[in-house]
Amino acid sequence: MSGNVTPAPEKAPRRPFLRRALDAIVSGNAFTVTFLAFVSALILGAIIIILATPSAIRAWQDFGYAPGEALRQSWRAVANAYGSLFLGSIGSPRAIIDAIRSGDGASVVAAFIPLSETLVSTTPLMMAGLGIALAFRAGLFDIGGQGQLVLGAIGATIAGFSFPSLPAVIHVPLAILSGAAFGAAWGFIPGVLKARTGAHEVITSMMLNYVGMNLLTWLLTTGLVQAPPRNQAISKVVVAAARLPSITGSSLRANLGIVLAVLLVLGVGWLLNRSTLGFRFRMLGANRDAARVAGVQIERHFTIAMTLAGMLVGLGGAFMVLGVDFRLSPLYSGSIGFDGITVAILGRGTPLGVGLSALLFGAFTAGGRTMQVNTSIPLQLVQVLQAVLVLFVAAPGVIRTIYRIRLTKAGGRVFGGWAG
Amino acid sequence: MRKTSLFSIAAVVVCAFVVLVSCAPKKTASGAVMIKGADSFIAGEVTDTGGIDDRSFNASAWKGLQNAQANLGVQVQYLGSANQSDYAPNIQQFVTKKANIIVTVGFLMGDDTAKAAKDNPNQKFAIVDYAYDPALPNVLALTYQTDQAAFLAGYLAAGMSKTGKVGSFGGMNIPTVTIFMNGFAAGVRYYDQKNKAKVQVLGWDSDKAAGTFTNDFTNQAKGKTVTDALINQGADVVLPVAGSVGLGAAAAVQQHNQASPDKPVYLIWVDTDGYISAPQYGSLLLTSVMKGIGASVEEATTEALKGTFKGGNYSGTLANKGVDIAPYHDYDSKIPAQLKADIETIKAGIIAGSISVDPKSYPKP
Repeated sequence: MSGNVTPAPEKAPRRPFLRRALDAIVSGNAFTVTFLAFVSALILGAIIIILATPSAIRAWQDFGYAPGEALRQSWRAVANAYGSLFLGSIGSPRAIIDAIRSGDGASVVAAFIPLSETLVSTTPLMMAGLGIALAFRAGLFDIGGQGQLVLGAIGATIAGFSFPSLPAVIHVPLAILSGAAFGAAWGFIPGVLKARTGAHEVITSMMLNYVGMNLLTWLLTTGLVQAPPRNQAISKVVVAAARLPSITGSSLRANLGIVLAVLLVLGVGWLLNRSTLGFRFRMLGANRDAARVAGVQIERHFTIAMTLAGMLVGLGGAFMVLGVDFRLSPLYSGSIGFDGITVAILGRGTPLGVGLSALLFGAFTAGGRTMQVNTSIPLQLVQVLQAVLVLFVAAPGVIRTIYRIRLTKAGGRVFGGWAG
Repeated sequence: MRKTSLFSIAAVVVCAFVVLVSCAPKKTASGAVMIKGADSFIAGEVTDTGGIDDRSFNASAWKGLQNAQANLGVQVQYLGSANQSDYAPNIQQFVTKKANIIVTVGFLMGDDTAKAAKDNPNQKFAIVDYAYDPALPNVLALTYQTDQAAFLAGYLAAGMSKTGKVGSFGGMNIPTVTIFMNGFAAGVRYYDQKNKAKVQVLGWDSDKAAGTFTNDFTNQAKGKTVTDALINQGADVVLPVAGSVGLGAAAAVQQHNQASPDKPVYLIWVDTDGYISAPQYGSLLLTSVMKGIGASVEEATTEALKGTFKGGNYSGTLANKGVDIAPYHDYDSKIPAQLKADIETIKAGIIAGSISVDPKSYPKP
């Protein structure tokens, strides 16, 4: 609700539920609510950790005899789990300092593995979140991240293995652009369908996920893509000259992809806040009818916004395949296309917010492995934390009630909804 | 009002906590005699994207580790992979933790496992469904000649078929799947040759290496559709080779048998003994083509613990019981004695090498 112009919420015309929910996400106390949502998610996570730790459970069974022991065991379980999450995502500060002091190459590399893995996990999440956030800002729900990511990876892989003798300076950009083009195509289709026929982008982009994933499965049986001797469902391997170079020059997997992703976050930030196109997108997102009256060709801009969103998400797939995997297999994308939606919501649709949320989720992913290995708490806890976090951010009313925060003056609306 | 609702939420949370806590199982002591060092021995499994409960190879390998935990007292852990990029860091986690043996699952992990094995030559690995050429000294690569067991199932299916048609379909056209279907087809052809019969195989053409595939290992609805089609074409024995998609096939067979009990259709399960792993469909199962992933993972863990672990390529066969068919269970009394005797003879013949399990060795139907 952009405050001054619209009447008080109670008197506003009835609007679809989703639209109202999204209004709520972006209105008021943004930072406080996000921070408290984070704290609440950690507390809920701590309860789950205690429930998942047999020694703590046993101590609680004897709570009547030794209450101190129950609390001590619980504290130890929670500290262990969150400590491992930190160690796995950032690393042990002492190990890093010791390694740098000793100057031994191998131990420096080993000390930086956690940070490097966090960046690797962050890259595709950042791109997927960025694309989906861009669509949000133009009032569009891009649920097609899964398909766009897969298409981007397909485009990058095909370009990556098709030219065996190009130099890296040409081949790397070519493979990236090819991934961008494939992803853009998968965003263009729902965009143009909405512009021409009014078909809702939620439906079309979601359905294109299945088309995209099955397209990959089919391609992995064709002579064009499948690796010889063609008896496994994997693609040919991207040649060395098309791979994204390491940013450290060592065996760490962190690569140019994260640098490009950060540059694109800045680029989209400029696009949305400083350019005419971005202004039109934001008008579309804020009030479609006002945008039309003001002379914005809204159909055309739907198509442009969805195409750009698809391109950004597709780049996520391209960075993944050119940076760490180098080849495709069925179900390539995991759930990154959907995780991108949660990253975009947690980041409240702003490029900076998306960048930070992706970093948080990337750290969760990398740290979750160490947590599971050190404490046997299932990796799924991390997914629960992410889900609860987004739930609290998406339903700020819950957080305001728990912490008794007063609703301040409403901020500008960021997301559009089902309404159009 | 607000206070009340907050209070009730808190009450619910506390109640749930108490219930969960009091339901938690007490740890049972293992009766087995521990080998020295077992309690500090760690075996770690990195699963494929299917996860620990895929009712297929990830689950079988995990079952093997759980058995090792029960029988030897070792510690076991697993780490799931959400996508392909997770394999390398997941393996690295167990390397960093100095796990005594790392079990990786599936051909997609072949390259990442080999790289980790070369970087850490003292670390022991076992990989399921992958073989290295040349073999690696610290990786035990486990593959299974499931066609030997599927051959027996094919012979049994042909012998039990009233319609003269048996069917099969796969999850994906990849060797670990089609090896079952080839063995099955060869068993049917061998039956035809030996008994001058003309039993047909639907859903798989071993000469063209083409057939019916769901391109999916989880969607049971697809399994049901494909199986309905096979039954409509006259197949009365069905072999689904598609992980949990097979449950959809079982549902289709059950529905058919309820609708027309005079023309029963039988099912043959794969990977594990379906009579035990999918007991709700036990009454439909003639037998199962078993792949001993669990047993060989447990064996590899035991060897690593005892210090007798050797890398290299292991191949499960009928001879070393790495593959086999399951007991006939409910059908034990209904399968003709002659057919059962034939199968025992054939089994000995395959072990001795006198019977080929390649469908190309037999005349086309």
